[in-house]
Amino acid sequence: MQVTPAAVRILAELLEEFTGQELTQTRQWRVGTALSSVMREHDCADLNALAARIAGNYRSPLARQVVEALLNNETYFFRDLAVFQDLQDTVLPALAQARAEKRRLSIWCAGCSTGQEALSLAMMLAENTAIWNDWQVEILATDVSESAIRSARKGCYNQFQIQRGLDIARMLRWFTETEDGWVASEKLRNRITYVTHNILETPPTTRRFDLVLCRNVLLYFDTATRKKAYARLDSALAEDGYLLLGGGEAVRGHTGLFMPEKGRPSFQRPAAASARSGADAMAAVR
Amino acid sequence: MKTCLIVDDSRVIRKVSRHLLEAMGFAVSEAADGKEALEACDAAMPDVILLDWNMPVMSGIDFLGQLRARPDGDATKVVFCTTENDVAHIKAAIEAGANEYVMKPFDQETLQIKLQLVGVA
Repeated sequence: MQVTPAAVRILAELLEEFTGQELTQTRQWRVGTALSSVMREHDCADLNALAARIAGNYRSPLARQVVEALLNNETYFFRDLAVFQDLQDTVLPALAQARAEKRRLSIWCAGCSTGQEALSLAMMLAENTAIWNDWQVEILATDVSESAIRSARKGCYNQFQIQRGLDIARMLRWFTETEDGWVASEKLRNRITYVTHNILETPPTTRRFDLVLCRNVLLYFDTATRKKAYARLDSALAEDGYLLLGGGEAVRGHTGLFMPEKGRPSFQRPAAASARSGADAMAAVR
Repeated sequence: MKTCLIVDDSRVIRKVSRHLLEAMGFAVSEAADGKEALEACDAAMPDVILLDWNMPVMSGIDFLGQLRARPDGDATKVVFCTTENDVAHIKAAIEAGANEYVMKPFDQETLQIKLQLVGVA
């Protein structure tokens, strides 16, 4: 059955209200698949029937379930190997030098999905004892999806998830095979705090982060919402910190608050005050 | 062009793997067991070998032992690709000289990343 424009509008409104994300044309083709189990569970014959059930009642548990199902939780360990190599070889050593006195490092994974990115960072830091051994390293990992955060807290991955991006030596070193799947070691999990949070809201802590990873998240926002998200990220980042975006995501044309790092386009640095445009400065919390 | 030898007794697996690897730009050859694979390696050592565990004539782990014993047998990367998915098998493979391990079933992206991890993709 054809999905009516009214049903698409309801789903789009719902997603935007909860997450700020756009239900773009390119995402609409997968809506039926994403919501199939929700439709089955609630005896809805099609998307039109489901949309009718949630219309005008966006605070219902069903509406929340629909939002969770619409979110794309695609992620994997060490996604974009070259970027993680850059982190290990250049960015983290630079931060270690800059923070050598306090020996404290704060990292925020904004849009952490089911936890693989935060665990990848935790592994890298735990393996590099020569630098980080006696440091206080905190990783805050947040996502707008409650179910993704619940899953991340468990730190348990099925066969498909565990071998996506993770080399076999690290899998054996940091994960234990159980009946439920491969479980991350306590040493890694203890380094990470998982919190449900929308990056369009006030940052989850007043502390400034040295490194913020927000990869493949902003692409789901329209231009105005993306600008607001950049302002939030800017307000959470230390003035000499790094913002890491996903491959192919660029700040140019979207915000004047950040400038790409020379030679490393995925890494952004806070722009100098003089370079910030009036509109960006107004949007910024800093 | 990088070369890959698929060693698997299943014609279907070889066909599917060939399809994935050719899409990644590899020149692909095939062997149905360890003995055939050793002969292929003696003729021309590939850049990477995708290796099944359970095969007739010569198993994957026996093949790997003999490959690594050859004078030039260390240069090629070996990725086990098997349904033997328990820790004991994985550790045995690594001890025998495997560079990576893919648990079946897998998808193209997983295989591609594993090949990146061993430096051939």
